Amino acid sequence: MTGSGNGSGQVLDAAWAIDWLRRSAAVVSENRVALIELDRAIGDGDHGENLDRGFTAIVAKLDQETPATPGAAFKMAAMTLMSKVGGAAGPLYGTAFLRAGTAVGDATALDASMLVAALTAARDGVVARGKAASGEKTMIDAWTPAVEAAAAEAAADGGPAVVLAAAADAAEAGAIATDPLIARKGRASYLGERAIGHRDPGAASSALILRAAADAAAASAGSAAGGSAPAGSAS
Amino acid sequence: MSVGLVIVSHSAQLAAGVAELAAQMARDVVLVPAGGTDDGGIGTSLEKVMSALEKADGGDGVVVLTDLGSAVMTAESALEFMGDPENVVLANAPLVEGAVAAAVAAQSGAGLAVVKKAAETALDPAGGAAGADAAGGAVGGAPAGRDPAVGLPAGATPTAQASPEGAVTAMLTLINPIGLHARPAATLAGALGAMDVDIDINGADGQSVFLLMALGAGQGTELHVTATGPDAQRAVDLVRTEVENGFGEL
Repeated sequence: MTGSGNGSGQVLDAAWAIDWLRRSAAVVSENRVALIELDRAIGDGDHGENLDRGFTAIVAKLDQETPATPGAAFKMAAMTLMSKVGGAAGPLYGTAFLRAGTAVGDATALDASMLVAALTAARDGVVARGKAASGEKTMIDAWTPAVEAAAAEAAADGGPAVVLAAAADAAEAGAIATDPLIARKGRASYLGERAIGHRDPGAASSALILRAAADAAAASAGSAAGGSAPAGSAS
Repeated sequence: MSVGLVIVSHSAQLAAGVAELAAQMARDVVLVPAGGTDDGGIGTSLEKVMSALEKADGGDGVVVLTDLGSAVMTAESALEFMGDPENVVLANAPLVEGAVAAAVAAQSGAGLAVVKKAAETALDPAGGAAGADAAGGAVGGAPAGRDPAVGLPAGATPTAQASPEGAVTAMLTLINPIGLHARPAATLAGALGAMDVDIDINGADGQSVFLLMALGAGQGTELHVTATGPDAQRAVDLVRTEVENGFGEL
């Protein structure tokens, strides 16, 4: 399995999930002002600040306790985001992590197919909670292409790092593709055509967070699997 | 006990104010505000909502009222986190009017579904009437099954009040000076809300305090009462007794 060259034998454990959350906190913090600017253009301007507050609280919890499984880490993140973010991003990201945590259950390590199941459950949670569809200029426009790209990579026997890299690429493209859309949900929907030309802040932050997942998986593959996995991820 | 209410708002002051206002007409109802973020800012908090749900649940269930969109999402998330308890429901209702209507219904001992309905019909009599029609249609379908019991043999004489559809009806005249104002409407809607009945009073849902008030029925107004369901007779008897006693105002 490990000899397949694409890391398909790699699994991601609690250390990866914790690393993902910490990297998410760092990238959200770095992009706090940029997210605020995006949200100021078409929303109420608090997306970067709220999300930063939520992930900062996650890091504080991780400094005190170490979740034993990816599912436990996701559920802790869910509870914290829902309680600390305050705005719509709290229940949306919270539901995403909660559903992902439910999807993976007590598994101690996730393979590519479980990752796809987790990402799909997360996306479905965002759809259900936000009652939005694709093309409405929301974070779903990043999540849905991410899930589709991840599923395609997993079906082609790609390992977790490859699957997550594909998801992150697709999420970034999906976020950029929200620029010309008219918003149908949230406060941006009050603006009508004036939202055109502005990137959806939720789609932008989703792309950042999924990139953090991919980066954590790449780091995990590099540290754990010796020579074969980095060769695969570099190709 | 009674059904409890949780008020979820982006603003702590708004949630507290709505609870304060609704409490004026519902002294015994547990009304718990859950407004603002944990650190007192504008927003909503899962932890605040979950702790409010715990406080409000005295055993008869909780109806949750919310303000803007993400408050709804936070409330929904709280229920999902708690494993979607059956005795907690979200009302799709205007916050202020819905909270007052729900509080009045809860004060009168109405059950969870009726308190929720009271909130949801608080502002929109048309929507409420449509809902009542839909319910009536559903009930109208059921009596096909009940007809054999009601459709008595030719020799048997049904009671004067029982219509062929199994409905119990009455024609009553309001004799108290002010008619069907807020307090009598609350009395009727609350008592009827605790019964298993579909009851129509001059086209209004008898279990909705706001719809009854909206009739604007003054002294001398004739009330046409039509009730179906297991408690139909009891419900009509209650309305008759209250109307004939002038709601205790004579």
